[in-house]
Amino acid sequence: MSQSPTNTEDQATTVTDFELARALEVASAVPDPEVPCVTVADLGILRSVSRDETGRIVVRLTPTYSGCPAVIAIEMAVETALLSAGIDSRIERVISPAWTTDWISDEGREKLRAYGIAPPVGSSGGRRAFFSEDMIACPRCGSTHTTKVSEFGSTACKAHYRCDACAEPFDYFKCI
Amino acid sequence: MSAEATAVRAIVEIADDCLILGHRLSEWCGHAPILEEELALANMGLDLLGQARALYAYAGELEGKGRSEDDLAFLRREREYRNCLLVERENRDFAHTMLRQLYFAAFMQPMWQAIAASSSDETLRGIAAKANKEMAYHLRHSGEWVIRMGDGTTESAARMADAVTELHRYTGELFMASAARAQAITDGLLPDPETIRATWDDTIATVFHAAKLVLPEVRVPQKGGRDGIHGEDMGHLLAELQFMQRAYPGQTW
Repeated sequence: MSQSPTNTEDQATTVTDFELARALEVASAVPDPEVPCVTVADLGILRSVSRDETGRIVVRLTPTYSGCPAVIAIEMAVETALLSAGIDSRIERVISPAWTTDWISDEGREKLRAYGIAPPVGSSGGRRAFFSEDMIACPRCGSTHTTKVSEFGSTACKAHYRCDACAEPFDYFKCI
Repeated sequence: MSAEATAVRAIVEIADDCLILGHRLSEWCGHAPILEEELALANMGLDLLGQARALYAYAGELEGKGRSEDDLAFLRREREYRNCLLVERENRDFAHTMLRQLYFAAFMQPMWQAIAASSSDETLRGIAAKANKEMAYHLRHSGEWVIRMGDGTTESAARMADAVTELHRYTGELFMASAARAQAITDGLLPDPETIRATWDDTIATVFHAAKLVLPEVRVPQKGGRDGIHGEDMGHLLAELQFMQRAYPGQTW
C-alpha cells in the first residue's frame, strides 16, 4: 500500500501512554456500518488517534464519499465504543487529503473478498475512457469473466457486477 | 461588499448548482426506467448533496453570521439562489436528465480538479479533491448513456436530439463569471470557468460524435441564474425542497 491506513506515529512516540494505545485499539476495531466485515482501520477512514493540547483523546476520521450517509453513524460508533471503554474523546472530521481506496489495507481487501465484495482493482486516479471495463474477479469463483451491471450499486462506494461463469451477482468496491 | 462576503457568494454559487441538481436527481426516486438507474440517479444525487453540504457549511463559517448549512439550503428566497439555469431545468425524460448530467459533469469534474490544484484555500482544495473523483463517475455514466441513446433506436435518438435542442442553450452560462466569481478569480480562491471551456468542448464533441448527435449553434445563450433570475420551474422545485422547513420552522430529525 502506498500509505499506512492509520497514523501509528503516536503509538511509537508515546509507548507509555497506555490509554492512547487502548484508544487506538478500540477505535481501530469499530466495524463499518454498511460493510461490517471490515473495520474503520481496514478501510483507512480512521486517520489518527492522538491527544490534543489539553490531553483529550482526538480521533480523526475521513468520509469515503461527500454524501456518504454513514459518516455520522461511523463517528457516533467510534465515540460510543471509546466511551464504553471508559475513554472520553473528541471526533474530528478531516476532508483533506481526500480518502482513496488505495488506503484500504491488504487485510481489508481479503476480508472484503471473503465477504463477497470484490476489492478495488488497481490504484485510484486517472480519467478513464467511456465504456472502458476493468478486469474484476468474481469473489465467489475467482473468474474474471464478469460483466458490469451498473457503475452505481447498493452504496455510494460500490458498483454492481455479475459473474458470467458462476452467475453470481456481486458488489465491487470501486476505485476512487 | 467585503472580501468575505464576496467569497461566500462565490462559494454559494457552486453549492447551489450542486444542491439544485442533486434535488432534481432525487425526484427520480421511484420513477427510474430500471432498478440499476434508480440506484445510479440516487447515488449521483447523494454525491451532489454531499458536495453542497460541505460548501454551505464552509460558506456559513466564513460568513460568520451563524448561518448553518441548513439555513443556506432551506431558508433563502428564490432570488437568493445563484445556481445556473441548466441545473434547475426539469427532468422531463431520461434523455433530458442524462444530457443535463453530462453537460454539468463535463464542466464540474475539470473545475473541481482545477480548484483542488490551484485554490488558495485549503478547505476548498480538500472538498474539491473528493468531489473531483465523484464527478468522474457522473461524467462516464451520463456520457455512456448519451452515446447509447443518441446512437440507439429511432425513439431514443429522437428523444436525445430533442434534449440537445432544449438544453444546449443553457450551457453558455456555465462559463460566465458573476461579479463575486470574478473577485474570487482575482483573489486566487477559484479558477476562471473560461479555462475549463476547451476541456468541456472536447468532451462534448467526443460524446456527440460517438452518439451521432449534432452540436447546435446557440445564438443567444440563456442566462440569469447567477443573478437570481430563475425559470418558472425553480419556484416549484423550492416549494418541494423547502416545504418541511417552511411548514415546521426549525424542525429536526
